[in-house]
Amino acid sequence: MTAVVERSLPRFGGFSLGMIGLELRRMVRNRRTVVFTVVMPPVFYLLFGSSASYRSERLDGGGNVAGYVLVSMAVYGAMLATTSGGAMVSVERAAGWSRQLRLTPLLPGAYIAVKLVLAMIIGAVSVVVALVVGAFTGAELPAAAWVECGLLAWVCALVFAAFGLFMGYLLPSENVLQILGPVLAVLSFAGGLFVPVDQLGSTFARIAAFTPVYGVGQIARYPLTHEGNLWLAALSVVVWTAVFSVGAMWRFRRDTARV
Amino acid sequence: MTERMAVELDGVVKRFGAVTAVDGVSLAIRPGEVVALLGPNGAGKTSTVDMVLGLSEPSVGSVRVYGRAPREAVALGLVSAVMQSGGLLKDYTVGETVRLTAVLFGRPRERVEAVLERAGIADIRDRLVGKCSGGQQQRLRFAMALLPDPELLILDEPTTGMDVSGRHDFWSAIREDARSGRTVIFATHYLEEADAYADRVVFVRRGRVVADGTAAEVKALASGRTVRATLPGAGEQEAVLRAMAGVDSVEVRGDSVLVHASDTDEVARYLLTRTAARDLEIVARNLEQAFIALTSDEVAA
Repeated sequence: MTAVVERSLPRFGGFSLGMIGLELRRMVRNRRTVVFTVVMPPVFYLLFGSSASYRSERLDGGGNVAGYVLVSMAVYGAMLATTSGGAMVSVERAAGWSRQLRLTPLLPGAYIAVKLVLAMIIGAVSVVVALVVGAFTGAELPAAAWVECGLLAWVCALVFAAFGLFMGYLLPSENVLQILGPVLAVLSFAGGLFVPVDQLGSTFARIAAFTPVYGVGQIARYPLTHEGNLWLAALSVVVWTAVFSVGAMWRFRRDTARV
Repeated sequence: MTERMAVELDGVVKRFGAVTAVDGVSLAIRPGEVVALLGPNGAGKTSTVDMVLGLSEPSVGSVRVYGRAPREAVALGLVSAVMQSGGLLKDYTVGETVRLTAVLFGRPRERVEAVLERAGIADIRDRLVGKCSGGQQQRLRFAMALLPDPELLILDEPTTGMDVSGRHDFWSAIREDARSGRTVIFATHYLEEADAYADRVVFVRRGRVVADGTAAEVKALASGRTVRATLPGAGEQEAVLRAMAGVDSVEVRGDSVLVHASDTDEVARYLLTRTAARDLEIVARNLEQAFIALTSDEVAA
């Protein structure tokens, strides 16, 4: 007989730093993800937000318009990053990897937790890179706002980690990001990340307030602008997080039952 | 019962909607056995394997692996599997894939080295999985399956899509491994594989076990010849034929009689001289035919 092996279940259902480390390494290897989440947002900022007039135009609460655009782009980046983090499950399901993982002690809940942590890690990297690039290219924010806006953009991006998971379980595609990219762009428009929504007409502005990105943008820019209703924005974030989480759980249950 | 079974299936039925993939299978596999689950595509092999691995639940009946529920046995690393295809991520390297498996099972780094060596892929550990050949990917799946040092290893059509030398290398590695006393169950539709590597062969057809025996018994099934003759009132002769030396089986189909025997000359002599038999023919039966006879859908049940 084979040597006697101590058999026990791993702690935390298999959730471990070792797995997160390996998954991160794989994610960084994927150039599309890196370009999408880390390169694109600062490039957008440089293209659309760092002109001389934006740099010279001051905001009431301190900082310049370039800084305002930068925060929006940080939100955009965090959103792309967390969505693609969550949506990784789609590729893994298509490859039969989810099935393979079911031949290990990893519990489905621990798998989801790993994906959420990964999504939030690349979300953080995306936000930090955008802010650092902005800081060196003329964006100005009140000192505290650098930290506050960054943190809020990052924390609120949890909505999109849930969104990514939901889509990852909903769309049985290897190229889920090619579908989600345009969807996120539209949501970003509606959420006022590219153009303030009131510039797009009052009807549009009223509808836009109910879309998932709107609240996140409002909250992230609040330390800078101190405008808008923070409570309504927070409600929007909470409700959308709940909607996407319930959706993800629903699809996830079906998925686990089927495989 | 003094011995604990490696696998116990008790009256297992698996239905997918209107389709019954597994139709009442009871099977007990002892620790240390190397068992081939042999049958044509769609016979219910993969459905059976999936239930043993806890990937699906039986509609009726129960499955125990080392006395435990399959999910639990899998989580403890008592049982692992090499699946037919898929189950790998292209953008991991070979080494990372095995390391991740080790992390999930909570096994040390040395174990990674050991299974990479054992599966013969230590030299390609830094290669991306997407750049590996089919045979290399299969050996990677084998390394992953070995990682928890399972008591029971399940191989589902493990050499599908491999060339002859890849198949040979893979089976050499499995054979080497089985020497340590591991229980192995492999599903296959290659007769040679079942014949060459299994101690025990379980024939499956349309979700049922139609034959179950040692490799020697399977060979006996394949040896000998069959006498076929037209014999009105064949039923009356059945008992006499059955009692003759060297007769394995007698089958009466209307006015035809089929006698499978090691000494077919004696049977033929009896039929032609002592009965009204005519149109007599003697055919050799090889493993292929035994397999077809046992598993094909054309055969009247």
